Amino acid sequence: MTSAAGGPDPHAGFGIGALLGLVNGQQGSAARRRRAEGKPVVPRFAEAAREALADAGARHELAESAAAARERTAAAVSELPDWEALRAAGAAIRDRALLDLDVHLETFEQAVADAGGTVHWARDASAARRIVASLVRDAGDGEVAVADGPVLRETGLAGSLAARGLAVLDASGPEGRDRVRAARVAVTGADFLVADSGTVLLLEADGAARACLTLPETLVCVAGLDRVVPEWEDMEVLLQLLPRAGRGDRLSPQVSAWSGAVPGDGPGEVHVVLVDNGRARILADEVGREALRCIGCGACSAVCPVYERVGERPFDPRGTGRSGPIGAVWTPLARGVDRAPEASLPFASTLCGACADVCPVKIDIPGLLVHLRGEVVDARRHRPVPTPELAVMRGVAWTMADARRFETATGSGARWARLLSRGGRIRRLPGLLGRWTEARDLTAPPAEPFRAWWRRRAPSRRSTK
Amino acid sequence: MSGRDEVLAGVRGALGERRRADVAVPRGYLTRLTGPDAASRADVVALFTERVAALGVAVRHVGGDELATAVAAVLWGWEAKRIVVPADLPYGWLADLDGVRALADSTVLDVPALAAVDGVVTGCAAAVAQTGTVVLDGGRAQGRRALTLVPDRHLCVVHADQIVGSVPEAVRRLDPDVPQAWISGPPVATPGDGPPHGPRTLEMLVVED
Ligand code: SF4
Repeated sequence: MTSAAGGPDPHAGFGIGALLGLVNGQQGSAARRRRAEGKPVVPRFAEAAREALADAGARHELAESAAAARERTAAAVSELPDWEALRAAGAAIRDRALLDLDVHLETFEQAVADAGGTVHWARDASAARRIVASLVRDAGDGEVAVADGPVLRETGLAGSLAARGLAVLDASGPEGRDRVRAARVAVTGADFLVADSGTVLLLEADGAARACLTLPETLVCVAGLDRVVPEWEDMEVLLQLLPRAGRGDRLSPQVSAWSGAVPGDGPGEVHVVLVDNGRARILADEVGREALRCIGCGACSAVCPVYERVGERPFDPRGTGRSGPIGAVWTPLARGVDRAPEASLPFASTLCGACADVCPVKIDIPGLLVHLRGEVVDARRHRPVPTPELAVMRGVAWTMADARRFETATGSGARWARLLSRGGRIRRLPGLLGRWTEARDLTAPPAEPFRAWWRRRAPSRRSTK
Repeated sequence: MSGRDEVLAGVRGALGERRRADVAVPRGYLTRLTGPDAASRADVVALFTERVAALGVAVRHVGGDELATAVAAVLWGWEAKRIVVPADLPYGWLADLDGVRALADSTVLDVPALAAVDGVVTGCAAAVAQTGTVVLDGGRAQGRRALTLVPDRHLCVVHADQIVGSVPEAVRRLDPDVPQAWISGPPVATPGDGPPHGPRTLEMLVVED
């Protein structure tokens, strides 16, 4: 199932089956070597995806839940007449924060200090783990409540605290409710950091973070340093965008906002750990930095035809990154594209554009994927002997860039309505792009590529003119 | 180099020498609720009631002079014997209690003591009609955050004039320096996870003065 030999034919049916063939046209030699040496191998996207695809039951569940999520979100979004204006404001708010990020981080640090809290800085995941472990050890009795969140998974925090001999209570677990109440120290993530007031915001459904940031004596909040926004008024936009684009809520069931320590109300000791872990590297890429706008709503995954098929693992085999379309951009930007797992991610897409249409902060994910495909090709261009993989990637990058032009031309009107009208399933996109999605089901690609078919048919067509 | 200097240097290096000029935020979105939902105060209040009810919250409208009776009726429905209230809850709200002991919050009440009561009665700082949300910020009649987190039932009294139309109106009313809990219905457990945190029963009385 591969058209890899001659590069993809843009007129052939080009679906996920073909996509996987392309991405995994050849086994990475490094991966082969590591396997031979018995070392753990992080699979490339296609390898992991093929395993996920083999599980039909899980695939069906993914499709069902993705369809349900899309419908909720579509309803929540279409209810607001000013959704597009909110998206435009949201994108600008995030850009404004990111383009002066150092200034806003220092403002935030000062505001937290003024409110009686302490800010810590972690260059990478291991620094974050070290800082949190030492804060937890100083504050507690060997037990720590954890309200899980993306940045905690990214930094592998819960596992590392347990490995250091601390008893970790999952606040969302079966016993979380009762045991968090007895914990002296807790760790949470954060959705937004407001620079001018030092306020931390957390949006959630089950209240686990709310319990963790309210009941224990010491709170350690771990936040991606990208999540800062300049001012409190910015929350009037983001508090509308995130819940509606995310779970499809008018507002998340529980929103907590706190700034520093308040005598007689909540933890007496509060810490915020700001985590870089590749974010400055993303910021340094003038094109790629748009990815840092992400507010983690998950809408791009919910509409992604590839994600619907393969689930989150192939995007994030180590479970320490981001999944879905934004993960395919974020991970290679944060870690570089020298190694095969990262290099394969930008190719894990049909560039259908659904993710960009729904992103509440207007991240042009397909555009960033094309940008990264170029980086992958460039990174490998200088190798003395071009690998067969490189030949394939060059072809793909060229074609995808072309498809991106098609996509731009077809426009992006009536996004959510379109998704809905498809009965919750992405079947075929309009216009020329349709060619990219029409054969995305896992049937074998046509034995005869379109162009060959056309060549064979063409003489008779001409004769009838 | 300290972690701080290292991280900040990394960010500065990434932004480079020439930064883009200040980004203007296009604030063309609605800052107030518009349309038929916002035609009059009564419409905004009605929308709040509708949205709150849609979240599984039992909500009733009462006149100011009926409030004490309505509070007592809700507690009677819970079969509550002992409740906790913020120390500054208006005394009149509890004037009709019969057979219910109301503990005024104080530092003596630790988490197990809060877990042992049958419910909590508070006011709120603001409410959002469009989203069916009440916001508590520790102000008058609200108490500290643990009060509305640990007991399993929460009765929240909302005065009609505290209800704003939309999220921006609420954000502009609130002070980011004080802790806030925005509550939109009871907490929702993630399938496969344990029980959610926070009162699983949430009831509201909307007081029309
Ligand atoms: S990139 Fe995806 S997760 Fe991030 S804000 Fe956009 S849609 Fe949401």
